[in-house]
Amino acid sequence: MANSSKKAGEKPTAAAKNAPASQPRRIVVDPVTRIEGHLRIEAETDAQGVITRASSSGTMVRGIELILKGRDPRDAWAFTQRFCGVCTVVHSIASIRAVEYALGYVIPENAQHIRNLMIAAQYVHDHVMHFYHLHALDWVDVVSALKADPAATSKLQVSLSPWPNNSPAYFGAVQQRLKGFVESGQLGIFANGYWGHPEYKLPPEVNLLAIAHYLEALAWQRDVVKIHAIFGGKNPHPNFVVGGVPCAISATSHATAVNGDNLRLVGEVIDKMRQFVDQVYLPDTLAIAGFYKDWATRGEGVGNFLSYGEFPTGVGAAERNTLQFPPGVIINRDLAKVHPVNFEDPTEIQEFVAHSWYSYSAGKQVGLHPYDGETKLDYTGPKPPYEQLDVDQSYSWIKSPRWKGLPVEVGPLARVLILYASGEVRTRGLVDHSLGRLGLPISALFSTLGRVAARTIETKLIADMMPGMYDALMANIARGDLRTFDDVLFDPTTWPKKTRGVGMMEAPRGALAHWLTIEEGRIGNYQAVVPSTWNAGPRDAAGREGPYEAALRGHKLQDPSRPLEILRTIHSFDPCLACAVHVVDPKGEELVRVRVL
Amino acid sequence: MEERDNHPTLLDHLRRQGVSRRDFLNWCAYTASILALPPSASQAIAQALATKPRPSVIWLSVQECTGCSESILRSFEPTLESLMFDQFSLDYHHVLQAAAGTAAEQARDRAIEQNFGKYVLVIDGGIPLDRDGYYSTTGGKSGRDLVRGAAKGAALIIAVGTCAAYGGIPAASPNPTGAGGVHDALRELIDNKDVAAPIINVPGCPPVPEVMTGVVVYFLTYGKPPDLDNLGRPIPFFGRTVHDDCPRLPFFNQGLFAKSFDDEGAQKGYCLKDLGCKGPTTFNACTTVKWNQKTSFPMFSGHGCLGCAQPKFWDREGGFYGKLF
Repeated sequence: MANSSKKAGEKPTAAAKNAPASQPRRIVVDPVTRIEGHLRIEAETDAQGVITRASSSGTMVRGIELILKGRDPRDAWAFTQRFCGVCTVVHSIASIRAVEYALGYVIPENAQHIRNLMIAAQYVHDHVMHFYHLHALDWVDVVSALKADPAATSKLQVSLSPWPNNSPAYFGAVQQRLKGFVESGQLGIFANGYWGHPEYKLPPEVNLLAIAHYLEALAWQRDVVKIHAIFGGKNPHPNFVVGGVPCAISATSHATAVNGDNLRLVGEVIDKMRQFVDQVYLPDTLAIAGFYKDWATRGEGVGNFLSYGEFPTGVGAAERNTLQFPPGVIINRDLAKVHPVNFEDPTEIQEFVAHSWYSYSAGKQVGLHPYDGETKLDYTGPKPPYEQLDVDQSYSWIKSPRWKGLPVEVGPLARVLILYASGEVRTRGLVDHSLGRLGLPISALFSTLGRVAARTIETKLIADMMPGMYDALMANIARGDLRTFDDVLFDPTTWPKKTRGVGMMEAPRGALAHWLTIEEGRIGNYQAVVPSTWNAGPRDAAGREGPYEAALRGHKLQDPSRPLEILRTIHSFDPCLACAVHVVDPKGEELVRVRVL
Repeated sequence: MEERDNHPTLLDHLRRQGVSRRDFLNWCAYTASILALPPSASQAIAQALATKPRPSVIWLSVQECTGCSESILRSFEPTLESLMFDQFSLDYHHVLQAAAGTAAEQARDRAIEQNFGKYVLVIDGGIPLDRDGYYSTTGGKSGRDLVRGAAKGAALIIAVGTCAAYGGIPAASPNPTGAGGVHDALRELIDNKDVAAPIINVPGCPPVPEVMTGVVVYFLTYGKPPDLDNLGRPIPFFGRTVHDDCPRLPFFNQGLFAKSFDDEGAQKGYCLKDLGCKGPTTFNACTTVKWNQKTSFPMFSGHGCLGCAQPKFWDREGGFYGKLF
């Protein structure tokens, strides 16, 4: 299992194939696995194996925004939801908020509470799965777990938390299961991993503990999505509706899914989520991080952070004024100032295509606000199959969004930093406690490890907010308010002939907004600028790197043929590529232009 | 009997892992029941699974949203982890694969080579067929060519999700990338007899998880797909419309319809036809197998069926809220 592939991870390119290890070379990682979608990293290293330039490429497009043109805006949530089946809630919410914003549509209070619960459930589910199923194997050596002492693992678990699965017999059984699997010779998804890589630092017992929780989290995630099933009918891809939520509150014991039994179940699922976060995810993060403190100074990225804010408690005009996670921008690590963000100012949020496979009518150097967005396909990459991209030219299907010209990072770290900078008490407590436990300064947050820790901290913040969301819903129902939907503006004949709107949200992976125009009841144009576009985009017209690219520069690869370090930093962002890629015009001729109203 | 290779059989494997024969038989009985097989079939399933080495499963994703992979992770009976650790060997799946880059590609290519003619190929996502396939590449190779390459050695091909089955959302009008389903991508190879494996379509956006795992178990047991309808779908799961088994059907029969998502009718569970439900023309198992451990399904939670298991459901005239009739 270990070292089974000498050249694993490296795509030997024409230039690199014959180069001795001490020569500059280009490392290609494609596919980047354990992510959503199709991401390719090309990293150029110097003679010491240090990355001097990294290039991030999204290699798949569908063109859903183009497909949306001319359709019923009320249907858009279902289309945009299929941007991504991992972020299965967020694009529906952003789309629905954009339509509601355009129409001035005010939703009932229960609908806001139910949406908040669904968004929060998505966060907790998604972050836990990211940690165990997408990220853990960068830090956890599966093979090493075979050498663990189950009794010592049990002691470790008992010292970490009151989680009940803690006996030597339990860990012995997990180890036995793993052993049987390895001895079968059919390693499946674990085949050809970088096992035994010198960057793996955990003792065997911590590896075994983490593998046990990898398996437990698989079972846990199946249970906790019941919140989406109750309110949305299924997960993945629960249902939503413009004007509220589609799940009527049951008039009898079982006329609809939103009945007394299932509302109690929602409460139980919240408890189950919080227990796992408190007793497994949070202690595991701190235990594992303790062995990887050297990653608290690696992988920072651009040092600018953006959040749109989330979890409104009010409705209508109060919606944007009651966000429990505040919006804002932090520039150049300066936590003393949170800058405001404006979604409709054409000079703030812009997208560039200087290194993307698109062109603009005013040339590839300009940036355009999403309301003024243009999309023209201009693929100039190599014909597949290819070995290497020309990264001095265009090299990605992802655009490069910028805030006032700056690349910004979005996601859990951005949110936690903005909460921290805003003085939010619980965030301050959790961050200070976690860093104190690890003996790390606040600057440690600006790193690969900081990104991982911020995701865990925010999961705890959100899981702890869920009982409040639930109580707000139950109290409102108890007051006799059963409204979940308002049909006043559902009929498109009641709409203005032309309008436009933006729907903002914070997705688990970061700041997300959809902009659309509505003309005669139909979608005129639709633009989504999503978290992984911010993080995974290529260099802009000024040559400024996107966050992935900046974070990778300076990484020293211990073994360039097994670039584990690249995976660690890229996975710390939790890439989601299907979301990140934009409109495609198939003929490369039609220019999609927003008519500004 | 089956070729044994050097690998232990499933029963060896399960015993080694401490799974009791009784648990195993219960599992077989449940699987038989959701496949609408007679109780005696659970014996056949047990017999087949207990005596065969774990077959290789190779999962390729092209223009996917990963909803199908997320969905199969929700399968609770059988669970995906029990399948991938105990019943088959999931040799390539880019969302779960430990290895990345060349190491992952090598694992995939080795599985194809070593199991040539015997593996199950699962595909999710549409497949862009235009422009040299450059709308979707992995490791510098087009998704179209990867699918065509892997199809030649497959014993069975499963197109999971409406995208892989019929093109799905990337193929929605105006189909910007020239996307099609697995049949479209393989048409020429099938005509030339370069691909002999049966192709099962398991549509749905995403499919019901237990339908995906149930189809795999059926194949492992009987060595052939379940009976398929004219759209390539397994009849045990797609033989009836979701309307046929909907708990709101009695209201439909009485002519009682919700007119708004939260009116009195909606709260009483009246039929959702007037709110755009496509249940009467949608063949799927949502109302029988249900979702997320039988917690709910779309109509029980108040929204009409989108018709997501039907070809071209994205382009249906009238959209999701237009009445069928």
